[in-house]
Amino acid sequence: MISVDASLKLGAFDLDVVFGNDIGITALFGRSGSGKSMTINLIAGLSRPDRGRIVLDNQVLVDTGTSTFVPRHRRRVGLVFQDAQLFPHFSVKQNLLFGRWFAPRDESSIAFDKVIDTLGIGHLFGRRPARLSGGEKQRVAIGRALLAAPKILLMDEPLAALDNERKLEILPLIETLRDEFRIPIVYVSHAVEEVARLAARVVMLEHGRVAAIGTAEEVVGRGRRETGECRFGRSSVITGRLAGIDARYGLTEISHPAGTVWLSGRAGPVGREARVVIKATDITLSTISPRNLSVRTTLTGTVAGIDVDDGPFAAVKIDLVGHGQLVALVTRKAVDELGLGDGDRVFALVKTVALDERTVAAG
Amino acid sequence: MNTAMIELSPEEWTAIRLSLRIATTATIASLPFGIFAAYALARWRFPGKMVLDGLIHLPLVLPPVVTGYMLLIILGRRGVLGAPLAEYLGIVFSFRWTGAALACAVMGFPLMVRPIRLSIEAIDRRLEDAAGSLGANGAWTFALVTLPLALPGLIVGLILCFAKALGEFGATITFVSNIPGETQTISAAIYTYTQSPDSDANALRMTVVSIVIALGALIVSEVVQRYASKRVASVE
Repeated sequence: MISVDASLKLGAFDLDVVFGNDIGITALFGRSGSGKSMTINLIAGLSRPDRGRIVLDNQVLVDTGTSTFVPRHRRRVGLVFQDAQLFPHFSVKQNLLFGRWFAPRDESSIAFDKVIDTLGIGHLFGRRPARLSGGEKQRVAIGRALLAAPKILLMDEPLAALDNERKLEILPLIETLRDEFRIPIVYVSHAVEEVARLAARVVMLEHGRVAAIGTAEEVVGRGRRETGECRFGRSSVITGRLAGIDARYGLTEISHPAGTVWLSGRAGPVGREARVVIKATDITLSTISPRNLSVRTTLTGTVAGIDVDDGPFAAVKIDLVGHGQLVALVTRKAVDELGLGDGDRVFALVKTVALDERTVAAG
Repeated sequence: MNTAMIELSPEEWTAIRLSLRIATTATIASLPFGIFAAYALARWRFPGKMVLDGLIHLPLVLPPVVTGYMLLIILGRRGVLGAPLAEYLGIVFSFRWTGAALACAVMGFPLMVRPIRLSIEAIDRRLEDAAGSLGANGAWTFALVTLPLALPGLIVGLILCFAKALGEFGATITFVSNIPGETQTISAAIYTYTQSPDSDANALRMTVVSIVIALGALIVSEVVQRYASKRVASVE
């Protein structure tokens, strides 16, 4: 369990964050330059806050009030970087054993074999990091951090350097860490899909401040009005239940009170909760129940608000039947011509092919 | 070709042995200081950093005679430090082979520090951060991560310093003179031969010896460095 309350001024950038995490994955979410990595550095002891207090499992790591500063090597905080940062002069096995050697013997509750099996890296032992693929490197890096028996794992954009296939390979592993090794994780990312899939709690950072804290569903759709060029980054997260797999068409059915979401691929297991990220630019609005369209996913709701400015776009917020909110970006012209206003019933149409199957989380 | 042409005299052998001993001593003795200075210059920010950097590099740009003379003033028998050192600790540098080694070390020091510093600067700091987060304190991180990764630079530094020490002449002769059997190195011997009219053959022989030693050192360094570079070969 960690609680962070710290501020640090670095040049023109001013960081001031307050948040906590107990079990599971907490995501630090925000654009590059929002202060995510700086926050990680403060927790890991790579930099000192000007003011603040960071507590991990009842141990005060930093307290500027009492001039407490635990050096990084005594914090037992695991770090996983974007680019693995394996020791190039050591073999995979030596890399894995590095932290284990320094870890206190009595407390190293994590079994070596279990970590190796889970991550599937046993066959890489003799190799040098330079001879590993990106995905293999990242798995070894996770194993190395884990074997040092940390109290918390900090992952700084661990998937950002990987291609989509590798991402799909590592994401379930991170879920395994959370579920089987029961290690709390602070996960830094700017990717909505990863955050929605992994994190129970999302801390959204903007310009060095915590802009929102909550579930992915609550936090992701928020944020300032992002029209213009930033409009492609705007998304919403909805939570449904994995209702079934259509093997014939290779689709996954996710049920939500507002309608059924069809997703490509087979994201098991059936019956569990699933979160889906829907981009605001991928939604089509209709005031009547649509027919004769290829779109398979229709979600019903009422308009909760329309954000417009002088630009050509309008952000329509829709309260879905049951729970959850969706943000759809359409043109101002469309809003006027449909005569959309608060409280109107609308149908939000989403193309299945536009949805990223990565986002389906068994949470 | 008569045998006298290739056979070395006992005095010449002495000069060669002395040269190697002085160069080796100078190189090995300055290594810890060299690593420390390189690390400090590469990684730390402290007041007077530029002054330290300048001091280290000074022998590179000063005339060697000046460096030798400064050593004489500071560490000579009646020098500022030399006098108390001799009186209280019995340590004497002037006109001793140890003094020659000291002069060589000073002259070779900038050549040693620079490549080590460059290779430390080239190490991604997050590797050291990673080591720290895995429980390694500063000393362990240095020994297990920084130093092995700086190995190629370290080897270059050692070779350059050794080569410089082997060829050092100006500072050495100024500080410890040219005493056969004590401070007469190969360079000093060649110089002496060139001063007498019928010693051309001697001078030539010693020149060949110099070339052989220098080439040998180059080859060894090349081989060792290739091996070291392969070991620390970084990501793609």
